[in-house]
Amino acid sequence: MKKTYINGVGCISTQKTFDTVFLEEAVVNTNETVLSIVPPVYKDYISPAAIRRMAKGVKNGIVASALAMKDANVENVDAIITGTGLGCIEDSEKFLKNILDNNEEFLTPTSFIQSTHNTVGAQIALSLQCKGYNFTYVNGAVSFESALLDAKMQIEENEANSILVGGVDENGEYTLSLFKLAGRIKKENDLPSNILNSNSNGVVYGEGASFFVLENERKDSTYAEILDVEIINTLEENEIESELITFLKTNNLQISDVDAVVFGFDGDITFDSYYKNLTEKAFAQTPQLYFKHLSGEYDTASAFALWMASKIIKTQEIPEILQVNSVTKPAYDTILLYNQVNGKNHSFTLLSK
Amino acid sequence: MEALKEELKNKIITTLNLEDIAIEDIADNDPLFGDGLGLDSIDALELIVILDKDYGIKLVDPKEGKSIFQSIETMAAYISANRTK
Amino acid sequence: MKGIAITGMGIISSIGNSVEENYISLIENKIGISKIQNIPTVHADVIKVGEIKKTNEELVDELELSENNNFSRTAMIGTLAAKQAVENAGITSINEFRTGLISATSVGGMDMTEKHYYDYFENPELIKYISCHDGGDVAEKIAQELGLKGMVTTISTACSSAANSIMLGARLIKTGKLDRVIVGGTDALAKFTINGFKTLMILSDDYNKPFDNTRKGLNLGEAAAFLVLESDEMVQKYDKKVLARVSGYGNANDAFHQTASSENGDGAYLAMKKAFEVSGLNPSEIDYINVHGTATPNNDLSEGRALLRIYEDGKVPDFSSTKPFTGHTLAAAAAIEAVYSVLAIQNSVVYPNLNFEVPMEEFELKPQTSLKMKNIEHVLSNSFGFGGNCSTLIFSKS
Repeated sequence: MKKTYINGVGCISTQKTFDTVFLEEAVVNTNETVLSIVPPVYKDYISPAAIRRMAKGVKNGIVASALAMKDANVENVDAIITGTGLGCIEDSEKFLKNILDNNEEFLTPTSFIQSTHNTVGAQIALSLQCKGYNFTYVNGAVSFESALLDAKMQIEENEANSILVGGVDENGEYTLSLFKLAGRIKKENDLPSNILNSNSNGVVYGEGASFFVLENERKDSTYAEILDVEIINTLEENEIESELITFLKTNNLQISDVDAVVFGFDGDITFDSYYKNLTEKAFAQTPQLYFKHLSGEYDTASAFALWMASKIIKTQEIPEILQVNSVTKPAYDTILLYNQVNGKNHSFTLLSK
Repeated sequence: MEALKEELKNKIITTLNLEDIAIEDIADNDPLFGDGLGLDSIDALELIVILDKDYGIKLVDPKEGKSIFQSIETMAAYISANRTK
Repeated sequence: MKGIAITGMGIISSIGNSVEENYISLIENKIGISKIQNIPTVHADVIKVGEIKKTNEELVDELELSENNNFSRTAMIGTLAAKQAVENAGITSINEFRTGLISATSVGGMDMTEKHYYDYFENPELIKYISCHDGGDVAEKIAQELGLKGMVTTISTACSSAANSIMLGARLIKTGKLDRVIVGGTDALAKFTINGFKTLMILSDDYNKPFDNTRKGLNLGEAAAFLVLESDEMVQKYDKKVLARVSGYGNANDAFHQTASSENGDGAYLAMKKAFEVSGLNPSEIDYINVHGTATPNNDLSEGRALLRIYEDGKVPDFSSTKPFTGHTLAAAAAIEAVYSVLAIQNSVVYPNLNFEVPMEEFELKPQTSLKMKNIEHVLSNSFGFGGNCSTLIFSKS
């Protein structure tokens, strides 16, 4: 069975995560309920003819995947697997609004085409002329992990040698207004936000695109090996610890072997207790990290976490801005990521040097 | 007719997001598809909506667009002859 | 025994509310294409659709959902089909083994977003439906109704989505990640898709005519179908009845255009080629091909050319598109056609490709136009979607 290595990474996020070393310019914005990406110069990556119809998510996906491929020093890949919670939601909104406002007349196809969930993966394939396997997963907080698990199986089973895998989501005005209405996004009067010590419901929303080149061999550019990925739809709070221990055990590890654990704290007081219990007990002696104060919460925010964990293993450094507790370890060789949103769509991802 | 051509060029540039192209760059007889402006089949569908929305001309079969959308010249001629608004 | 065992199936479409009803319609030429009733649309007189003639209220009653439920139509038909499949497989305790659910959808619960787009901000009672906006909401609801707690995910690759969910399910079993997995897809009709396909000018105002020279486009449809796949260990240990097997699968990308298929059907050709490689079968061993056959000028030409590249000698097996019966049910299409493929194997039958009259001018391909009885060992089923997404599945007799 072949092993899976992360050999290149590319990240467009609400922080400056390109043309930087590792979050040295990161800023925690506690005064907004919605964070927007720091955009790259798209024209450096995409031709004017190609860019004119592209949605924001497509552009970010293309740039992030180009960064990852350059980082891994590969020209093409065998497969492209994407995760996205909502796809290019701005175009979906635009098309829907036009249907309703114009009574189903004078509609044009461009926004409909972009609204198709697999449009990011498809346009990356089109620009790379990659005729291989091309899947898109859309399942809330496990959209990206589904893509990761699929990629890992393909590499293990020798179905592919190199795979581009990524998570991408974009903010759309109407969707944000719906999420505010539903209480998913924090209220203005609950600001400034404090993710670790939140006393309010809802989250600070974000957007981004993180892509990775996974290959079946270790190279100079290798960041980490992906040991395992697990997806569980429903878990009670009191089941988490034992599930995590079982997951580690399957990989011949125990909690004390984990050099750092990344939690998906998002400042929603109702569901952050899933992590709280772990930070206080089982993982009390483990360096604990968080990231959604930097990336914002969105369906594929966990791809940002994987980018971050990959960087930590490669650089062996943990920027202070990520730390939940003050525990440190001499080396960061094994990192566990645990994410869930609204108590659903739990995922465990295990990386090692 | 000249005004209509100018109007069409403007519409094409804005509707199709041809950011780097100015009205002066499109000659009346330049092919819109292929080697000329490089438009594709999705653009053709966008042009069909312009005909419908702005000039009251409904095309049922996208193939009809082929001869109409050869150039600004042919498009303007077709619109002048068939417009209902 | 090659391939992954299928131990249960469930389906609801415009030609029937169960596997049996669908089969009877297929062999008795009962089509489900009609005038749209459940969605108010200005296009009602110029389109025909494969609509399930049940209102949302009737579906709520049938599923015995509580009054304060927040199910979209897509989730309701998906739940109906998934429940049938689980029951058919004789599963009673769903979390007893490592069991997953892989759903597929294109619009998801967009039917609710389009219905309440502006009203959400006026009527607090509607807020519960906002969650339908998420692509994963449908799978979430189905899992909840099945009581399934394990791995749940959703694939959305336009019209090939359900083929890809079956493919992922087969691979999850093959690699030993799961013991059994419920795979399929669901899509309800929505203004969103009706108008989307309308802007692409590929909707026919008449009954769709796959592979016919005068074909004008597709009829949209709505449907849901799910299959239960189980590992051989499970089959042997519990003496499960195997309906058929998923013996081959392949996905490839045309990388040609955002919506259209390439003239020479590159993606389709590569998908079929991969499926043959996985199955170890030769193209000549296929007894029936359930083509994608949407009846758009572009699809049928591209798919036909791809078939002729696979069958270089021109001896293409009996083939038909079942879309004249059901319409094109988008993300559910490959799942309902998987059920039809298994039924073809079980009942030794090739379904007719209705409405076909004149072969296409580009080649000599003629689909099977009447019901044909013959032994069927292997069925190949194609499904292609926007973004050049091409998938092929091969089903074999157990």
